[in-house]
Amino acid sequence: MANRDIDITVAAGTVHALCGENGAGKSTLMKILYGMQQPDEGTITVSGERVVFNNPADAIARGIGMVHQHFMLADNLTVLENVVLGAEKLHGIGAAARARIKEISDAYGLNVRPDVLLEQLGVADRQRVEILKVLYRGAKTLILDEPTAVLVPQEVDALFDNLRELKAEGLTVIFISHKLGEVLSVADEITVIRRGTTVGTVDPRNTTSKQLAELMVGSELPTPETEESTVTDVPMLKVSGLHLSQTDLDGVERIILDEIGFTIHKGEVLGIAGVEGNGQSELVEAIVGIRDPDAGSITLDGADISHAPTRRRREAGVGYIPEDRHRHGLLLEAPLWENRILGHVTEKPNSRGRLLDIGGARADTERIIQAYDVRTPGIEVTAASLSGGNQQKLIVGREMSHAPKLLIAAHPTRGVDVGAQAAIWDHIREARREGLAVLLISADLDELIGLSDTLRVMYRGRLVADADPATITPEELGSAMTGAASGHLEHAENDEDGAR
Amino acid sequence: MKKLTQRIDRERLLLGIAAPLLAIVAALVVTTLVILATGKNPGDAFSDMVTYGTASDSQVYILNKATTYYLAGVAVAIGFRMNLFNIGVDGQYRIAAFFAAVLGGALTTPGWISIPLIILCAMGTGALWAAIAGVLKVTRGVSEVISTIMLNSIATAIIAYLLQPGKLAELQSGGTVVSTEPLPKDSYFFSFDTGPAGELWGFIVIAVLVGIAYWFVLGRTRFGFDLRTVGQSESAASASGVSVKKMVATSMIISGAVAGLIGMPTLLNDSHQFSNDFPSGIGFTGIAIALLGRNHPVGIALGALLWGFLERTTNHLEFQGYDKEILGVIQGVIVLCVVIAYEVVRRYGLKRQQQRVGAELAAQAAAPTKKQEVA
Repeated sequence: MANRDIDITVAAGTVHALCGENGAGKSTLMKILYGMQQPDEGTITVSGERVVFNNPADAIARGIGMVHQHFMLADNLTVLENVVLGAEKLHGIGAAARARIKEISDAYGLNVRPDVLLEQLGVADRQRVEILKVLYRGAKTLILDEPTAVLVPQEVDALFDNLRELKAEGLTVIFISHKLGEVLSVADEITVIRRGTTVGTVDPRNTTSKQLAELMVGSELPTPETEESTVTDVPMLKVSGLHLSQTDLDGVERIILDEIGFTIHKGEVLGIAGVEGNGQSELVEAIVGIRDPDAGSITLDGADISHAPTRRRREAGVGYIPEDRHRHGLLLEAPLWENRILGHVTEKPNSRGRLLDIGGARADTERIIQAYDVRTPGIEVTAASLSGGNQQKLIVGREMSHAPKLLIAAHPTRGVDVGAQAAIWDHIREARREGLAVLLISADLDELIGLSDTLRVMYRGRLVADADPATITPEELGSAMTGAASGHLEHAENDEDGAR
Repeated sequence: MKKLTQRIDRERLLLGIAAPLLAIVAALVVTTLVILATGKNPGDAFSDMVTYGTASDSQVYILNKATTYYLAGVAVAIGFRMNLFNIGVDGQYRIAAFFAAVLGGALTTPGWISIPLIILCAMGTGALWAAIAGVLKVTRGVSEVISTIMLNSIATAIIAYLLQPGKLAELQSGGTVVSTEPLPKDSYFFSFDTGPAGELWGFIVIAVLVGIAYWFVLGRTRFGFDLRTVGQSESAASASGVSVKKMVATSMIISGAVAGLIGMPTLLNDSHQFSNDFPSGIGFTGIAIALLGRNHPVGIALGALLWGFLERTTNHLEFQGYDKEILGVIQGVIVLCVVIAYEVVRRYGLKRQQQRVGAELAAQAAAPTKKQEVA
């Protein structure tokens, strides 16, 4: 029970947004609406009829479909195969299914090609496939869980056009997001959830994002603004000529990282912008030591770590906030204090010599929970039972607790509520003042521009452009991310392209 | 807050016990039905099992058996904690026992030198045999399940080849048994004399030590933490700085070394030679026991004792006119139920904890206490 006294009414043919902090209970509510969890009390009414959903199949039968935050698609199947998978009964798996997909795609302007292999699609295309998948199963109400988290501004606009199209056709969309600006621009109605209960429903036409934020957390909307520059001229991380290639199953060599070179100084935040899948993850993995680069060098504080094992890099002062916290940052079924040890098992207070210092680790976990406001009943609960934002706060607390020289922050505030977001930004800024070098990778362009001292744009494995975060706008950065511009990006005062 | 933590802990413990209990109860029900179907009285059978199983000579027998089973369970559990399915424990312990017996037969040194040498030889052989699978997995990506199954067969063939008169074995005086040269009296492991109940094998001490070492290394050392990390999430492990490949190879080797010990209670306390009737198949028993014991050092011990008890008592049932296949039925049903019950209980536990955490946080929010400010 993470919800109580939830009252929400969604009118047919509207886009209804659901806002709230992480751990506020949005996901739980959605799981109840989609039949993944059962409520202890209360009722759900669809088109005037009371319903009970025991499982997602019941919900689908009632025309409710869900597009998950993490796509549930198989890479090695085509779009058509992905769509019909599990719904073979509807239109078979052949021509009829293809025709139906085309029909849906055209009707809502989704622009989905049924015979493309999924692995060839970008994030935005995949999302459209997910939406189509749900529509194919006859959904009249779509639940979208944080759909914009992985998209660049242009893609977000395209998605919103799709949503308006759906609305125009009489479908209902429930849209979950933290991003207040987006919510205000696309929703017809906004319901705010705080700590498990609905605190109000507002009309976006006469609400400002500030008011909305106050409803959500009772405090002002934070902005990621760095104050005076803390950049020094002491290089902390130096990457030069980094090259990484991979031979795929067909024996074709794919270049993933190409001649990557940059320097991060003490007290500097270097932000890397780019559409996901352009080599950012691999770059991070090469610096952390999970991947071994083919050529080039990585120097941390004067010491060459190009081929050092991950543990030695960690001990040398590399903090790592991974992109996918479930896969790389946590042991989901282990208690919080074991998660506090993860990645720093050789360091104090987690171990003495070759033995674990369980008492020390537990005490320090308590400290992190206090200092970083991780909302949990205790340190014995498993990491899986925390909400995403609290998991992230735990990770940030852990990585900051070992006085890192370099912090690699990949999407540090993804899926994190505004309150926690501000806290994480504050921690990064504070550490930066003390001489921390930060490599920041983010899909949130406001975050990138607001936090970074230097910006680079990554496209197809290369750093193609750089920009001054003081002047650049998200739109200009967004167009460079699609490969439309390169070199030094200047902010254009008129509406001309600011590239070159 | 403290209260909730305690509650979750107690619940976890209860849930932990619930699964094996559930499995054993289910097995009892199925066994009852089976005995009923054969037209016999299940009540009599169970009461016979209990009276016979608790007799003092049965107790010693069960403890001796459990010593062997416990080592097998731990050997398998080491792999399990790492997400490795070491089916090859069976081949590892047989080939280890064989070479240890050959070495023991050839040694003429005093016991305090020979016995450690024999044990080390067994552990080394088991480790080497397991290392083949480990190295194959790490360098070529060969599934350890496949390679260890094949290595079991290869071990059988090697032993069959070498266990011939003129190779490493000799024909015993009776003329029917082929075995390695018997260990000299000096190389016998000590045992506890329990009078008419028989001899309690001294190797039980080693088994207990292995159990303590297993608990300590996994739970209290950096190495153990790394090993468990890899078992829970390879991706998180490699991001946290554990070399997954090295860990896979290492844990396979350790699993093999412990597997090497499995044959030692029998060799040093009982048979004192490796013959063609040396117990086989214990590696598979170990898999069942590790599952039953949830890879927990105490759980494995309970599982091993239960297995010994079942074996002892069902053997006796045969003399009472019951079918001896009852043993297979009970064991099979227990293993099947255990696997199902654990998964069910695990999922239930996770979900329940999530709900409790949510409830607790909601209650905190509802209470008119001062909330922590967001930094």
